[in-house]
Amino acid sequence: MADIINMKDAEALAAEWGIDTSQIDFDSIELPPGEDFGIISDDEDVYQEEQLDSDTGFGNVIVVDNLPVVPLEKFEKLEGVVRKIYTQIGVIKEDGLWMPVDSKTNKTLGYCFIEYNTPQEAELAKEKTNGYRLDKSHFFAVNMFDDFDRFMRVPDEWVAPEIKPYVPGENLQHWLTDEKARDQFVIRAGTDTEVFWNDARHLKPDPVYKRTYWTESYVQWSPLGTYLATVHRQGAAVWGGATTFNRLMRYAHPQVKLIDFSPGEKYLVTYSSHEPSNPRDANRVVINIFDVRTGKVMRDFKGSADEFAIGGAGGVTGVSWPVFRWGGGKDDKYFAKLGKNMISVYETETFSLIDKKSMKIENVMDFTWSPADPIIALFVPELGGGNQPARVSLVQIPGKQELRQKNLFSVSDCKMYWQSCGDYLAVKVDRYTKTKKSTYTGFELFRIKERDIPIEVLELENKNDKIIAFAWEPKGHRFAVIHGDGPRPDVSFYSMKTAQHSGRVSKLTTLKGKQANALFWSPSGHYVILAGMKGFNGQLEFYNVDELETMATAEHFMATDVDWDPTGRYVATAVTSVHHEMENGFNIWSFNGKLLYRTLKDHFFQYQWRPRPPSFLSAEKEEEIAKNLKKYSKKYEAEDQDVSLLLSEQDREKRRLLKKEWEDWVNRWQRLHEEEKLERQKLRDGEASDEEEEYEAKEVEVEEVLDVSEEVVSFE
Amino acid sequence: MRPILMKGHERPLTFLKYNREGDLLFSCAKDHTPTVWFADDGERLGTYRGHNGAVWSCDVSRDSMMLITASADQTAKLWNVQTGAQLFTFNFDSPARSVDLSVGDNLAVITTDPFMAFTSAIHVKRIASDSSEQIGDSVLVLKGPQGRINRAVWGPLNRTIISAGEDSIIRRWDTETGKLLQESEPEVGHKKQITSLTKSADCSHFITGSLDKSAKLWDIRDLSLIKTYLTERPVNAVTMSPLLDHVVLGGGQDASAVTTTDHRAGKFEAKFFDKILQEEIGGVKGHFGPINALAFNPDGKSFSSGGEDGYVRLHHFDPDYFSIKI
Repeated sequence: MADIINMKDAEALAAEWGIDTSQIDFDSIELPPGEDFGIISDDEDVYQEEQLDSDTGFGNVIVVDNLPVVPLEKFEKLEGVVRKIYTQIGVIKEDGLWMPVDSKTNKTLGYCFIEYNTPQEAELAKEKTNGYRLDKSHFFAVNMFDDFDRFMRVPDEWVAPEIKPYVPGENLQHWLTDEKARDQFVIRAGTDTEVFWNDARHLKPDPVYKRTYWTESYVQWSPLGTYLATVHRQGAAVWGGATTFNRLMRYAHPQVKLIDFSPGEKYLVTYSSHEPSNPRDANRVVINIFDVRTGKVMRDFKGSADEFAIGGAGGVTGVSWPVFRWGGGKDDKYFAKLGKNMISVYETETFSLIDKKSMKIENVMDFTWSPADPIIALFVPELGGGNQPARVSLVQIPGKQELRQKNLFSVSDCKMYWQSCGDYLAVKVDRYTKTKKSTYTGFELFRIKERDIPIEVLELENKNDKIIAFAWEPKGHRFAVIHGDGPRPDVSFYSMKTAQHSGRVSKLTTLKGKQANALFWSPSGHYVILAGMKGFNGQLEFYNVDELETMATAEHFMATDVDWDPTGRYVATAVTSVHHEMENGFNIWSFNGKLLYRTLKDHFFQYQWRPRPPSFLSAEKEEEIAKNLKKYSKKYEAEDQDVSLLLSEQDREKRRLLKKEWEDWVNRWQRLHEEEKLERQKLRDGEASDEEEEYEAKEVEVEEVLDVSEEVVSFE
Repeated sequence: MRPILMKGHERPLTFLKYNREGDLLFSCAKDHTPTVWFADDGERLGTYRGHNGAVWSCDVSRDSMMLITASADQTAKLWNVQTGAQLFTFNFDSPARSVDLSVGDNLAVITTDPFMAFTSAIHVKRIASDSSEQIGDSVLVLKGPQGRINRAVWGPLNRTIISAGEDSIIRRWDTETGKLLQESEPEVGHKKQITSLTKSADCSHFITGSLDKSAKLWDIRDLSLIKTYLTERPVNAVTMSPLLDHVVLGGGQDASAVTTTDHRAGKFEAKFFDKILQEEIGGVKGHFGPINALAFNPDGKSFSSGGEDGYVRLHHFDPDYFSIKI
């Protein structure tokens, strides 16, 4: 079934007709051809494409060309060679290899047909052997049988393509021009996907667009917020528009599982993994890179899951997503993939490897791009049992020169954290103690933008503390660390430059014994939420790092997600049903920890703010606004006041109406009650007292004789 | 407002009822013994022994002389409030779920559960003023609704009976003919089982609580929906203040899931709503299990709640409660 039909509705209908649904095999039902019962398929063209494939039934047949032309006596030998080559790739069907022979010359014709069990094998064989060199003069030319039809249809004469008239597109950035400067977010709950404005002034979400079954797994905003991507069985799609959400482009990729945008949202990477025909093999992975605007496949990667699995850490069946990491800032110029003993860096002009070869780095474990510059930071662990030290190096792309390198000893693991402008790189280094029985943690801090990239070593005061979380202040010079061993860890703040020490890292403060295990900096810096997720039941502490003071503490019970809006004005905390079944929904807070509104939704899956593109204001301009904030904020304060006045006015009016309506009810009831009074008395055997009458409280003195005793008192 | 904890039951509470004057509080629980308490200080006055199953519901006559109880032992019993003596036993074929006395206390409506081959039913019994003349015959038996009928009460002047239950539909029956007069509109009605139904003091409207996490206020004469109160927990019990425009909702997650989550996740507070504006105005915490029963003192100055935890909590309001403004 292409579409999910609401089973409940279907069952209700069936019950109405007296049909027992449990007796029906739904898959066996076939619609009459050409009849869609008025259900318009979303996937008309995808569907047709599929049909083309299966029309001939030769999807699993390949044609191998450029074979040597041999006489009959050598026929068997050649056939043997060909069979040997192609059985390595897949199982050839019985009588599946046919090499035609010219009946006049009794020689082969220089090509053959091979039929596999599955189209996937055929596809793989085509890929692997196209261009295969049999000998000096014979290079295989392999094609799918089905493709011939297509090739034949290419007209011999070139026809100038029709030039379509220019149709101006919608303003996809329209949401940024909202008069109230609100932000949007998307939620998924049950089968519905909804986009809302965060209307903090009215303390409620304002609906923008809602669609049931919008996506088959999840939705994702593009990094600059222009598109909303949905994932379907046939591929991915992006949506956007000035006022509503229209489908802008579709990217056909059957069984797509994961998607990822490049940071400048020029490209979309899609991923799928397929069961192999031979259960011993690893899953087959298909990765496509699409141009977001044209929908064209720029490059595809196919292979077994092993080739894309790195380090075996997390991700989907051993593949850590995203497989391709984008670098070089917002220009989407480079992307790279970690391989065994190498990093493959591609550039997007030709979608090929830089210098046509991968960077060979023995035993490389991990790498990250600088968020701003084409610089790769990579980590290589110790080799040869400690003879060769572990190292972290910075490599410039496309030149591949090493900018800086740091050797590290007795390292167990490294994690790299870039500051959002690419100014600093922090490397969290777990080292073995001398006994090798435990580890302790230190930081290596790189100042990328300074000459020669100086490196500083930071160690915690208590060396035994475990690092629970680390986070850079976005666009700032500070970072926060949650560390500690016990159930209530400490939180420390450091700055890379202060007024006293411009070139040295210094500690700002340590907060002792916090119920926190995650850090969420405001995207504009200055404020951070110390959150206690999972084990801490959703404790939230809103902390001002400029003043080093707590602004508010709150709790969103069992919160699973914390998400700042892109401007840093509001925070959403959510309880998604993935982790916790009860109390699903989300809360919206102001940056300083005031709860603005709550929304409860059963089966709540996803909450995501729509990102904003970076501001066009220069740093100086931003500073100027921050300095003269009073002047600029006046306008908005006046607006706020108007809204709140209007709101209270509306509120009062609403309440007045409700009260009036209620009074009408009550009056009616009283009248009826009065009318029925006599009859009620009759039912009570003439007892006059009704509920309205007060009963009298009487004090009754009860004397009880407890004991009587007779006594003879002598009379004198 | 320091609540008075009344520990007298060994099993979850099922029902609470004040007498007309509001000086006595009757409590029913899944242990077999209905109990009467002083509504002022929570002192236990006595118990009514004789049932052999969970007691689901009770009602007390206007003169506070006679108590009627409905029990899962397939009986409803009449008791002398003062002495605790059993006056009469109505026998049924299935557990008796709810009971309500008519205006004038001459009639009682008793609902019975579906059990084995028996469907659920609403029975009307005549209550003799002299218990020695009491007979067990039904004046009227109403059948039809699917599933359990959780509550049936008398409409104005005993002319109608209002019933609600598992099928989430509210029905209005004619007591003269036994005909079904009206069903609540499914579009505006509850989406899940109705667990409780409470009439207003003047019997002009009533409130229903449902597992669909809402309570609804209805006109008793034409079953028109007046208000809806939305909450985030299944509602097991509802009541209305006779004094102020407040309604109280009690409930919580299903008792079977209580032990698996934190007590804060259970939502075991009694929630106060503004009756007219339908806005939540406060909550009273305390129970460590779902609230199964709620009752307002007829003077509106105190209320009591009974929980799955076996406690009855008696709350006298602070003076500032009566001056709440929103």
